[in-house]
Amino acid sequence: MAVGLPENVFLTKLDVAANWVRSNSLWPMPFATACCGIELMATASSRFDLARFGAEVMRFSPRQCDLLIVAGRVVTKMLPVLQRIWLQMPEPKWCISMGACACSGGVFDTYAVVQGVDRFIPVDLYVPGCPPRPEQLIAGIIELQNRIKQTGTLNGREFIQRTEATGPEPLELEELRRLRQATPVEGLPIFHAPDLKT
Amino acid sequence: MIDITALQAQFGSELSLSEFRDNRRVICPAEKAHALLSHLYHAAGFNYLVDITAVDYLEWENATDRFGVIYALLNMEAGERLYVKVFVNDPHPTLPTVYNLWRGADWMEREVYDMFGITFAGHPDLRRILSPDEFTAFPLRKDYPLKGRGERHNFPVITRADS
Repeated sequence: MAVGLPENVFLTKLDVAANWVRSNSLWPMPFATACCGIELMATASSRFDLARFGAEVMRFSPRQCDLLIVAGRVVTKMLPVLQRIWLQMPEPKWCISMGACACSGGVFDTYAVVQGVDRFIPVDLYVPGCPPRPEQLIAGIIELQNRIKQTGTLNGREFIQRTEATGPEPLELEELRRLRQATPVEGLPIFHAPDLKT
Repeated sequence: MIDITALQAQFGSELSLSEFRDNRRVICPAEKAHALLSHLYHAAGFNYLVDITAVDYLEWENATDRFGVIYALLNMEAGERLYVKVFVNDPHPTLPTVYNLWRGADWMEREVYDMFGITFAGHPDLRRILSPDEFTAFPLRKDYPLKGRGERHNFPVITRADS
């Protein structure tokens, strides 16, 4: 005896229901340290209006957030702060690295700037640009929402496999020392002009 | 306008003056720096310390000293500016603090200490101001590499599985 479902009742998987809820109410934690932070503010305000995509509730306490947006360069003094903020965020949580500096250090290849936050905290999505337009950030958030809908699980099983840092291996100390002590050889062309004909 | 020859008569002839347009500079030996700055503050009316900064003359052509510490002074009443330059050398480049004259020297001296490793004797709280406390190098010295000695890579890695 087949019994049809009553009105307003539908069947789904628990994972899918959780993903649907989570992806449409991302609460970003703005970690804005530079000009990307200005674009992040523009993204959240009325002209670009991140609220259209259900991610507008910026909270300045990591305990209330589930999406860390690292916007701007992170210096060595700030990285322990960033790591602590990441650890304080409750599960499930995601991280967007916004802009060239957060992704790779950008033009700031100096002793004080971390060369990409993905070396030290897990990053789910990179938004390139210097700084990215608000549309790019919105596209990134939509991409992240799609990914949560497709791969998310109720108890966060998809995170367990990610046991390694996603960023490139830092240069070894020895290598840094060799680079510094390398003496230029007489007559050796150091700069090769690019061949523009091909 | 402050009379430089009078300063020379008071502090000795090793005080030298150079001038370019309205930029007037006094070069002073380190042992007389505090007496000169105190005189400029109390008697010559330089009541505002604009900045303290330093220069590393390592591998500089014709340089005789390693560091030059520069005090930029301003007389707020007369609108007159004066730059006092003091040379210090390794090992242990040290100058007496001017915190007792201008309170604003507090953070400026901390910054010069942080970046160049020049200590200011008598400073009430001489510790790093910009770099992290555990930093050991003095990054604006010319013998410090631009990309550092690996400090920027020296952090624990947090992976997604263990956070």
